[in-house]
Amino acid sequence: MTKRYALGIFEDEDVLLHAIENIRAAGVKIHDVFSPFPVHGIDDALGIERSRLPIAAFFFGLTGLSFALWMQIYMLGFDWPMNIGGKPHISLPAFIPVSFELTVLFTAFGMMITFYTISGLFPKIKTNVMDVRATDDKFVMAIELDETSSQLPSLTELLRRNGASEVNQKEMTE
Amino acid sequence: MATLTHQPAGLTAERLVITDGARKIFFSFIIAGVVLLALGILAALMGWGVEHHEAAGHAAGAAHGGAHAEECHSVLIKRLMVSLWHSNLFFVGISAVGTVFMAIQYVAYAGWSVIVKRIAEALSAWIIPGGVIMVVVFLVGRHDIFHWTHEGIMDPKSEHYDAIIAGKSGFLSVPFYLIRMVSYLVIWATFSWKLRQLSLQEDLHGGTYWFHKSITAAALFLVLYAVTSSMSAWDWAMSVDPHWFSTMFGWYVFASWWVTGISVIALTAIFLKQAGYLKALTTDHLHDLGKLMFGFSIFWTYVWFSQFMLIWYANLPEEAVYYNQRMGGFDGAYTPFFYGNLFVNFVFPFLALMTRDAKRQMIMMKIVCIAIIVGHWSDFYLMLMPGTLKGENGFLIELGIFAIFAGAFMLMMTRRLAQANLVPLNHPFLDESIHHTT
Repeated sequence: MTKRYALGIFEDEDVLLHAIENIRAAGVKIHDVFSPFPVHGIDDALGIERSRLPIAAFFFGLTGLSFALWMQIYMLGFDWPMNIGGKPHISLPAFIPVSFELTVLFTAFGMMITFYTISGLFPKIKTNVMDVRATDDKFVMAIELDETSSQLPSLTELLRRNGASEVNQKEMTE
Repeated sequence: MATLTHQPAGLTAERLVITDGARKIFFSFIIAGVVLLALGILAALMGWGVEHHEAAGHAAGAAHGGAHAEECHSVLIKRLMVSLWHSNLFFVGISAVGTVFMAIQYVAYAGWSVIVKRIAEALSAWIIPGGVIMVVVFLVGRHDIFHWTHEGIMDPKSEHYDAIIAGKSGFLSVPFYLIRMVSYLVIWATFSWKLRQLSLQEDLHGGTYWFHKSITAAALFLVLYAVTSSMSAWDWAMSVDPHWFSTMFGWYVFASWWVTGISVIALTAIFLKQAGYLKALTTDHLHDLGKLMFGFSIFWTYVWFSQFMLIWYANLPEEAVYYNQRMGGFDGAYTPFFYGNLFVNFVFPFLALMTRDAKRQMIMMKIVCIAIIVGHWSDFYLMLMPGTLKGENGFLIELGIFAIFAGAFMLMMTRRLAQANLVPLNHPFLDESIHHTT
């Protein structure tokens, strides 16, 4: 299926942020914005809902912590007790470094896997690039058009008025 | 972001007016402190809650009566001196942290913090009074606080001779100690004053000239502070246990001061905001301060644990005695503090500030700020008391002195806060700070 987009190209992040606010206020739905680097405040400006990834992270961390404690208590306390420096077999201070590391490891890997999964990122994925300059020094705002592109003239005018340096039309086949 | 020196629209000069109500609160802190102190002294004189002391007196047998009263008196003086040293050390550290915070923001070319910069500047108002109190307390009460200053302790012929302390006589000598103490305080006070003056000049004249001069001063200060903060920790806190040493101690004390200083900045910002000042301060600034509090609470724990675990694992008597005293020594006088310390300074901020929403809520931030301030005060309590008062510790006198210092600190700080605009209007990064988002 082919979709048509109007692409507003912006040179400056501040101009872009104000443009996003104004264009959304004008009742136009923005499909997405492509930027060479993370722009502070763009999530709020685009009205993107907050990610629930931190909640998942907390539980991944909890899993890591529990796993680390279980592993050390079972191994050093029951499976193969060893006398290390005359300390008790189950001595929490000695377990803290490993517990900390496994908490971090589980959180990091868990978050990475969750993020890649929900974003549909996997090896050899094909992405449609709206405008390659978005990976270099331009900010690209994509607005979806209908079949006949009838809104294009008014959108061009709106984008230009809000500081877009050029407005292009792009067709994407999914 | 536009960073040149134009004044952002809609932001006008605002000055803090210290209302009578606020002044009353500060004075009521001092009065409450005096009352607690009087109660504590009374309690100590009447012998309430000093079982350890009673037991020692009975063991001595016949030596009761006059000798007992005299001993009680000297213990009381000792407690007063140690408490003065303790609370003053805590507040002088926080004071210096204000300047350190500012210096780091300068060196990092950070823009977000400009809105709270004047609060950090105002913290350093306590350095000079605190420094004077510190020198006076050292001169008057050093025998009560520092075992190594006792007569004959470094003299092989004396009956008080202590070979280990004598081996450290090169560093632990009163004149050298005084020189070091005064130089730390002078360095901290000079740079606080310098950065403050540059900032005030910037307010008057504008331009980036003052900003660049501040960066030079800030970079120099950070290098000097890195050395002096560690050394002052050895001198002021670690040397109360002159037999014991820890290579983590400088970082440990710095971490404690630093996280408390950030909490004080955040708490002041919240109170100012709620009183209707700092209109440009948003939850985004609070969020960043909250992140720093959260992160540095973990950092403090990391340093604390690094020190603890090495000593616990090696279990060398001369090192482990430090934790023996705190984890159950003196009939468990410090055990609740020891575990409470970890809970209030690590577990509570860690869980309470973990979510984004918590860091953006004033009430939550306030609770955690106060917990961190009180928690780290008791962290210093735990550093100083077992080495000095042994089992004779208490908290009425200590809390009283803490409240007096807190009241005086707030008076000095708000006075300096009221002396200039609450927001540095000509700071080149002010615009960036106003538009800060996280």
